[in-house]
Amino acid sequence: MKTAFAINNLSHAFGTHAVLKNLSFSITGGDFFIIIGPNGSGKTTLMKLMAGVLKTGTDRIRIFERDIRNFSYKSLARRIAYVPQQLEVGFPFTVEEAVLMGRAPHQNVLGIPQDRDIETARQAMVITEVAHLADRKLDQLSGGEQQRVFIARALSQEPEIILLDEPTASLDISHQIRVMDLMEKLKIEKKVTVVMVSHDVNLAAMYGDRLLLLRSGEIASLGLPHEVLTFQNLEATYGCKVLVDENPLGKSPRVTPVPQKFLV
Amino acid sequence: MAAQTSVIKRLLLVIVLLTGILAAALLIALSSGSSREGMGASLAIIFGQEDANATLETIIWHLRLPRVLLAVLVGATLSLGGLVFQALLRNPLAEPYILGISGGSAIGAIIGIMLGLSRFPGVTFCAFIGSLATLVLILVMSSGTTILKKDALLLSGVMVNAFCSAVIMFLVSLTQDARLQNIIFWLMGDLSSADSRTTGILALILIPCFLVIFFFSHAMNLLLVGKETAQTMGLPVKTVTVVLLVLTSLMVSATVSYSGLLGFIGLVMPHLLRLIWGPDHRVLVPACILGGGAYLVVCDLLARTLPQQGEMPAGVITALIGAPVFIFLLKKSRR
Repeated sequence: MKTAFAINNLSHAFGTHAVLKNLSFSITGGDFFIIIGPNGSGKTTLMKLMAGVLKTGTDRIRIFERDIRNFSYKSLARRIAYVPQQLEVGFPFTVEEAVLMGRAPHQNVLGIPQDRDIETARQAMVITEVAHLADRKLDQLSGGEQQRVFIARALSQEPEIILLDEPTASLDISHQIRVMDLMEKLKIEKKVTVVMVSHDVNLAAMYGDRLLLLRSGEIASLGLPHEVLTFQNLEATYGCKVLVDENPLGKSPRVTPVPQKFLV
Repeated sequence: MAAQTSVIKRLLLVIVLLTGILAAALLIALSSGSSREGMGASLAIIFGQEDANATLETIIWHLRLPRVLLAVLVGATLSLGGLVFQALLRNPLAEPYILGISGGSAIGAIIGIMLGLSRFPGVTFCAFIGSLATLVLILVMSSGTTILKKDALLLSGVMVNAFCSAVIMFLVSLTQDARLQNIIFWLMGDLSSADSRTTGILALILIPCFLVIFFFSHAMNLLLVGKETAQTMGLPVKTVTVVLLVLTSLMVSATVSYSGLLGFIGLVMPHLLRLIWGPDHRVLVPACILGGGAYLVVCDLLARTLPQQGEMPAGVITALIGAPVFIFLLKKSRR
């Protein structure tokens, strides 16, 4: 597979505060790539740079071997879709209207939907299991339903890469698994490259092909889940005691943060 | 499937329905007034009957028509202005005056009135300069990247408006003679000074603006999902924001300078139409132009015919009718 993302010596600062420091790594096309790390380690900033929302210097980020700066907004939007951490529901559009908006990079300025747009949006709603909600208003949906609608909108962009910023953060365990399963399905069936920021190291361990652990804007560890999720890496990064053993399902590492009361 | 037809269908429905309402409002407004002749005689003239009453003919074509058309333009502009600002600032309380345009133009107009200038071009020109000055001030204050931070823009506007109100109060307190009445009418919004030349100029400025804004209507839909997300959906967010902001401000400035501060329409018409037809701006832009126009024609008609003597400012009527209607619709839709 081709390289979906090549990140080369990427730094970013807000004012004098350096958020990312000389990151270099690459993401193989078709991978499920998960970025983990403590609060404030630069995960969201990295994701916004990769989505083109924040600007960067020449040749810092290459997408399928082309500098992100050489894409127009529209052509970038046909390759990369982004599901942000904070979802804005705004004025009460219906689910179908919201999903159809994802067709914008494929449409003219007025975005009047053609048959192909309708069909793509419908498929996106079917795969995310929100087709039955098509005529409901966004603000009448639960958090989990809203999250799936926003993923459906991202899918209707027909992207090669989908970026998600903590999509499971506010969901119950059942909805968490559904979102993760959905991403895995997209990866397998549609060959979409999935890049996700997550706080949940155990979900990351079970689903990620490769993980990136960020610590204060630098790469603490990068590799397969069992390479990254060692108790040494995690304790050094998060500053708390953890127990790492093997998950009986699928043999991925399982991380348990250790409460104070169990520390003698 | 439903969605494909629904945008175009709703668009056509809105255009046909509201054009009908607007035409009816125009007809009634043209044929009503303080002259002794009844509506029948007026209607006969409007539909081109020969050997009609020459005085009445002059009244209809030279007095009523410019005023009625001015009401359409002003109502359309203010409704559209409110719609654009509500989308740009993603704030349901936004209205066309929110960025301080009203304060600036009011100061300009009051200075013009105090200097004893004529309504047009003197006072209008002063008001336009005043509103442009505030627009430039706002753009400078929130320049660079902060223009994308909606609260920065909003707060700048609120502060400018607050400062301007203080200046307005000060200027009003200095005025005592008949000019005070002039100032008060201007502040409440008033269409009585319409003539065909200025209405024509205004139309030439406004109609191209309406068209451009319609082409940005889907962009406004996308802006509502958040500026960063909209950008990742292929929208050049900063360009769109600046174009809409400047265009709308100029459009509102031009109308306000001429008609005074007609309140309420810009805040409520977009909400009212959104309650009926949903949040899609491709439908709402034409709806605001036609609906806002029709609404102000009716309000202005009442303003000039209800009082036994003289007339009252149209701005009084807009809120007097609009507020209860809006609350009624809101209650109904929440049920």
